[in-house]
Amino acid sequence: MRSKNLLFVFVLIATLALPLGAMAQDDGERPLIGAWDTCADPVSLSGEVKIGVAFAQSEAAAIYGVPQQQAVELAIAEINESGYLGEATLVAVTEDAGSTPETAISAFTNLVAEDVSAIIGPTLSNQAMAADPVAFGTERQESGDPLIPVVGVSNTRTGMETDFAASYGDGGAYFRRISLPESKVIPGTVEQVVDILGIETVGIMYSDNDQFTASAYEVFVSALEESGVEIVATETFATGDVDFTAQLTNIIAANPDAIVVSALAAEIVPLLEQARSQLGYTGPIIGGNGFNTPGIASEDRGAGTDANGVVVGGAWNVARQNEISTAFTAKYEEEYGTPADQFAVQAYTGTWVVATAIRCADSADPAAVLEALAATADFETPLGTFSFDEEGLPEHEPVAQIIKDGQYLLLTEESAAEVFGE
Amino acid sequence: MQASNLVLKLKSVAITALVMLGIALFAYELPDILDKKVLSPEQHLTTVIWVGSVYSLFALGYALVFSILGVLNLSHSAVFMWGGYIGVMSVIRYDVPIYYTLPLAMLGGGIIGVLVDLIAFAPLRRRNAPRISQLISSLGASAVLVNLAQLEFGTSPERFPRTTLKELPYEATVARPYTIDWLGAEFRITPLQVSIVVIAFALMLLLQYLVARTKTGKAMRVVAFNQKVAGLLSISVGGIFRLTFFLAGALAGAAGVLYALAYPSLTPFTGDEMALKGLTVIVLGGLGSIRGAVLGGLLVAAFEVYATAIGYSWLKDALPFVALFLILLFRPQGLLGEATVKRA
Repeated sequence: MRSKNLLFVFVLIATLALPLGAMAQDDGERPLIGAWDTCADPVSLSGEVKIGVAFAQSEAAAIYGVPQQQAVELAIAEINESGYLGEATLVAVTEDAGSTPETAISAFTNLVAEDVSAIIGPTLSNQAMAADPVAFGTERQESGDPLIPVVGVSNTRTGMETDFAASYGDGGAYFRRISLPESKVIPGTVEQVVDILGIETVGIMYSDNDQFTASAYEVFVSALEESGVEIVATETFATGDVDFTAQLTNIIAANPDAIVVSALAAEIVPLLEQARSQLGYTGPIIGGNGFNTPGIASEDRGAGTDANGVVVGGAWNVARQNEISTAFTAKYEEEYGTPADQFAVQAYTGTWVVATAIRCADSADPAAVLEALAATADFETPLGTFSFDEEGLPEHEPVAQIIKDGQYLLLTEESAAEVFGE
Repeated sequence: MQASNLVLKLKSVAITALVMLGIALFAYELPDILDKKVLSPEQHLTTVIWVGSVYSLFALGYALVFSILGVLNLSHSAVFMWGGYIGVMSVIRYDVPIYYTLPLAMLGGGIIGVLVDLIAFAPLRRRNAPRISQLISSLGASAVLVNLAQLEFGTSPERFPRTTLKELPYEATVARPYTIDWLGAEFRITPLQVSIVVIAFALMLLLQYLVARTKTGKAMRVVAFNQKVAGLLSISVGGIFRLTFFLAGALAGAAGVLYALAYPSLTPFTGDEMALKGLTVIVLGGLGSIRGAVLGGLLVAAFEVYATAIGYSWLKDALPFVALFLILLFRPQGLLGEATVKRA
């Protein structure tokens, strides 16, 4: 009798709990993003799954780091409310990575001690080069502790994957990024720019004593050749130079349809002013990643209207939205009162990519998470369809933008006509 | 005495003329000889003149201190950088009208120059320390000044806000440049470039006048010739030294502001980039020669610009040093320098 009763109670509880459990999973509204169907609901996960979050919350890079942090928090709330990880709750262990490599290293040191499944961050590429090895570098490898995947969402330096692989062997594969390096942004951008602006000839200027601008130059050259554009002039300068008039004079005299520039942010403002204000060049200036700093078009501290007509590739633009990013930006603005920028969108995407890896791996073990992470393919995100290619580099369609009065507009025939007045 | 003076003067005029002719010839002829096509030589010549004038003005401070004290003041580049910051920051932080930044930076630069003398040079002079110690001490002063700027202003580039540049006459720089069509040669020039060249040359002429024609200048030259003699003539040697440092600092301050007006990227390390150029300028022109510094500035700018103009932009930074090497081989006293007479 007792056992019969017990059995009854058990069955009762089970029948009641089953729909409850199912209901719990569909508790919140199911977000548009997520591998809901490609990966089954996780069954082995439970309790708290910790991920480390380390962005610049102080000093100069905080202008990027603060929106990144906010976007991650928003994504985590969505993930937990929708029951994306089944019984488990995703918990962010947050550290301020500051704006220097040193502060990032101490943030990462604290995070790895917390047994996190993965780390998202840090904000700057030079911070990543210094701090990421804390999670998977030689010391970690020798200590026998598990290596931890690090997902960069704003590191755009070309060659980070190969650098890490060269220094840390297989450990280097624990670095993944959402942000497109220049080698991925430039070809897609050049194709769109050549098509929209009808460019046939260009003059190129690049800084030849900096490996990043020099490698971007090579990417530009091969992308331009592929698009059938003729390079009519090539000029070099050194990082730290302030006068580019001689080079620009040569290039302008060769009369190209556009000038391609691969430079770091510090050289860009004088270069733009000299090209436009001093030498009167009015055509398009196609830039590498250095031009993605909003400060270059600032009316007071940057090149102001001299930056008009600068064309630059980016990962995302508010004018090119899909339904996932529309939903995210609306929610973000409602939550924080400011419009979401590229950094927020990338951080949001990164958090969902990591959560998806945990869901698909059905495990919080860092190695299993990495394996699932590396397998990410055709994942629909606010940035578009996202994959990692066979070399572990991120892939999605970049967006060509044109600067007009401090704004980064989507490059279209209309926006180009507006800027160049044709 | 008079005759040899005249010969010297004629000689320096002749050398100057030759070098200037060389620059002009280079612009038009040498490229053909090298079979390199130079597009718009007039535009390049414009660049040489206005960039060169800033180099010259900057290098004058080195020349001035060297001619009076016989020692290189390596903190000059840091004073130059501070001059730039005094100008830019007075506008950004205190809304000082842009016209006042030049005198303000000259005053500030002059004061810093005097402080450098009091702290880094005077104590060593009193102890009769060898000149090399003074050189090292000035290097130390430079490092301190650069670090102070780093602490105070950070390392990201600063500039005169574009909105304040609009206060300048003719909407300089931010307006479209003027296209000048002169004897079939077409080139573009902005009012700001013209102002920089005019201010730089005016300051250089003023200094030349001060040293050559005034009583103070005479006293300076006496001190340069022999401090003991100056003492006997009841010239305050210490006073002349401080005046020299003040003048050199003021020139550095002026050059700093002009540089910041010309280039929108001032950092605490801007001076370091200029230091090497400035030293090349005075060695090329002749250590301690004011006219030599002016000529040297134009020359260094010409080498940089024409290296690029004929398509060797990668040689731009090396070419002035090749010239320096050749000059040191064949004319060690510099183009306009006088052969050193060993003083007792």
